[in-house]
Amino acid sequence: MGGRRGFLVQAALLAATLALVALVAADVLQNMARAGLTPGFGFLGRPANFEIGESLIPYSASDSFARALLVGLLNTIMVAIAGCALATILGVTLGVARLSGNLLLKGLVQAYVEVVRNTPLLLQLFFWSATMHALPAPRRALMPVEGVFLTNRGVFFPWIAAEGGLAWTVLAGFTVAVATAGYAAFRRPRNARLLLSAAALLAAASLGAALFGDPGLSIDAPRLGTFNVSGGFGISPEFLALLAGLTVHSSAIISEVVRAGLQSVPEGQWEAAHSLGLSRGQALRLVVMPQALRVIVPLMISSYLDLTKNSSLAVAIGFPDLVSVISTSANQSGHAVETILIMVAAYLALNLSVSTVMNRYDAKLAARGFAAP
Amino acid sequence: MAYPKLLPARLVATFVLAVATFAPSPAFAGPTLDKIRERGAVKVGVGTQPGFFSPDSSGRWQGFFVDIGRALAIAVFNDPDKVEFVSASPQQRLPALQSGEFDILLSGVTETITRALQLGFHFGPVVFYDGQGLLVPKKLGVTSGKDLDGATVCIQTGTTGELNISDFFRANKIAFKPVAIEDTREFIKAFEAGRCDVMTQDASDLGLKRALLKTPEDYVLLPERISKEPLAPAIRWGDDRWLEIVNWTVYALIQSEELGITSQNVDEKLASPDPSIRRFLGVDPSLGAATQLDPKFAYAIVKALGNYGEIFERNVGPATKIGFERGLNRPWTAGGLLYAPPFR
Ligand SMILES: N[C@@H](CCC(=O)N[C@@H](CS)C(=O)NCC(=O)O)C(=O)O
Repeated sequence: MGGRRGFLVQAALLAATLALVALVAADVLQNMARAGLTPGFGFLGRPANFEIGESLIPYSASDSFARALLVGLLNTIMVAIAGCALATILGVTLGVARLSGNLLLKGLVQAYVEVVRNTPLLLQLFFWSATMHALPAPRRALMPVEGVFLTNRGVFFPWIAAEGGLAWTVLAGFTVAVATAGYAAFRRPRNARLLLSAAALLAAASLGAALFGDPGLSIDAPRLGTFNVSGGFGISPEFLALLAGLTVHSSAIISEVVRAGLQSVPEGQWEAAHSLGLSRGQALRLVVMPQALRVIVPLMISSYLDLTKNSSLAVAIGFPDLVSVISTSANQSGHAVETILIMVAAYLALNLSVSTVMNRYDAKLAARGFAAP
Repeated sequence: MAYPKLLPARLVATFVLAVATFAPSPAFAGPTLDKIRERGAVKVGVGTQPGFFSPDSSGRWQGFFVDIGRALAIAVFNDPDKVEFVSASPQQRLPALQSGEFDILLSGVTETITRALQLGFHFGPVVFYDGQGLLVPKKLGVTSGKDLDGATVCIQTGTTGELNISDFFRANKIAFKPVAIEDTREFIKAFEAGRCDVMTQDASDLGLKRALLKTPEDYVLLPERISKEPLAPAIRWGDDRWLEIVNWTVYALIQSEELGITSQNVDEKLASPDPSIRRFLGVDPSLGAATQLDPKFAYAIVKALGNYGEIFERNVGPATKIGFERGLNRPWTAGGLLYAPPFR
């Protein structure tokens, strides 16, 4: 298409789209007015008046609708990030296993992929939910290790309770020390030694403070309350069921993506790596995988987006994700159209940020010379 | 580069539905009554619980609310079978009613000011006076809702119960952990599996759900009712005549019980000298022309389905497996709240 004509067509399209949106919006507003409804986002500041089962930020029923929606959004983000990470680990492992010489392993992975891909995700979620509910009640909790409770109310384990500024400083010190040590050990920068010694020093100082300074650190172990387990760190059965369902479902798809990516690398690359004396593992890690990534990454983006969107099935099994909180807010406030607009905007933003981040990574690969030809 | 898929089909569908909700077609394609006559059947939105609404083994719908739907079909078509029942979850049913998926919702919906004025629904007369209850396993040894500090509570999304429960715990300064589930079967399963200490819903609904549990005798409904739940038929705004047909069909059921007219004796009552009975049953046809209804519509309803009391007793009364007491759902003359304005 010629530049000028192309521009005109684009402009006309844009104008038509905007006109359509305006038309629909005017129509909706007019009809809402005729039905006696009062549209607007003012309700967001009013108290939500409903509780939410789990939240990453402090929340209670007297907080605003806006905060309730934020709680739902954060829950969605939490399960999406955890799901993408776990599905990638599991999916890559399975994809590599599928190409192994071991026939049994190959067959098992293939069966897994077929079963998972050919059953509806909602059904799988019901299955995981039923599995979590089959765990014993708190009073008869399974205790695989002392202090860890597996119950139908969730999984609970001891956690560090920190009180006061010193406690947080000590914890921060430890975290930084561990992160630095990890970086130095795996990335092996030139100043690795220096970093390692600094990390050791920091760790020793934190330990000293913790042992001699009484910084208000203690172990918060879960214990049985009247109805529930209290204390410790708890993960709800709904979150676990949703996470398991999303992870398993996406890992099957990712494993196929990984397999296709690895197979797209010419056989000669393996042979060349072998003749250089690299082991099979080294060949995979250093020669084949980097080339396969150019096929894998774009497909991975769409798996991540699918996982994020699929997390909206949460409401069926009782996890308070964004859709669940949106539904309750619509029910409570009566502002159905507005809440749905918010939901559409939030998913759009979420998915656009996932694809932006991944496209950046893709571009970086391209810059390193691994782009698709 | 692959283009990102932006939105799940489900979200888009919801959005389109929401827009369609307010688009001109359903609300202004002429009054609902025209559509009903054209279609030749009343479309009724219901739930899925035996006693109130469920298909029997031959696929025929049965239940308390189903009978009210059939009474409407008699009022409009003089035929209890010119009615279609469509089930919808509590979360879906109000949007579905708004978008015209059915002509009336008879699924145990509570009349509230938000639903009336913010969502734009009219409610017919209350057909079941109820209140929200708390169902707990007997082995918890709990006797009052106030003992439930720290409990986990299963609630169903889209219901008034989802909102009342927060008020109850806040008012009593105790805490709880909600597990909010949309799907009715998943909701029951979660409670039965012990995921929650308490299940909360309309007391009637809990009674119906308890009957579905494997060991109903292991559960007890706590005595308090934490809210008022007047269950009433709901319709869209903008259908005055349809609303009046709904009103007077329900009143006919209530009035016949007050007058002592039953499916058994309705034919004898045709010979009654009492002018109010003669007008009610259409022996004296003076009410016919103005109402544009068959002057004998009340007769036909009672003949086919019985009066309010008979419908209650047959579907959920003490003699059934569900075993509800009449309570407030008795005629005002017997100390209840059922009261019909005069048929004159
Ligand atoms: N009255 C409450 C709750 C209504 C409700 O949940 N009703 C039950 C029947 S009584 C229901 O529809 N359950 C879902 C089903 O039957 O599938 C409200 O209006 O929000």
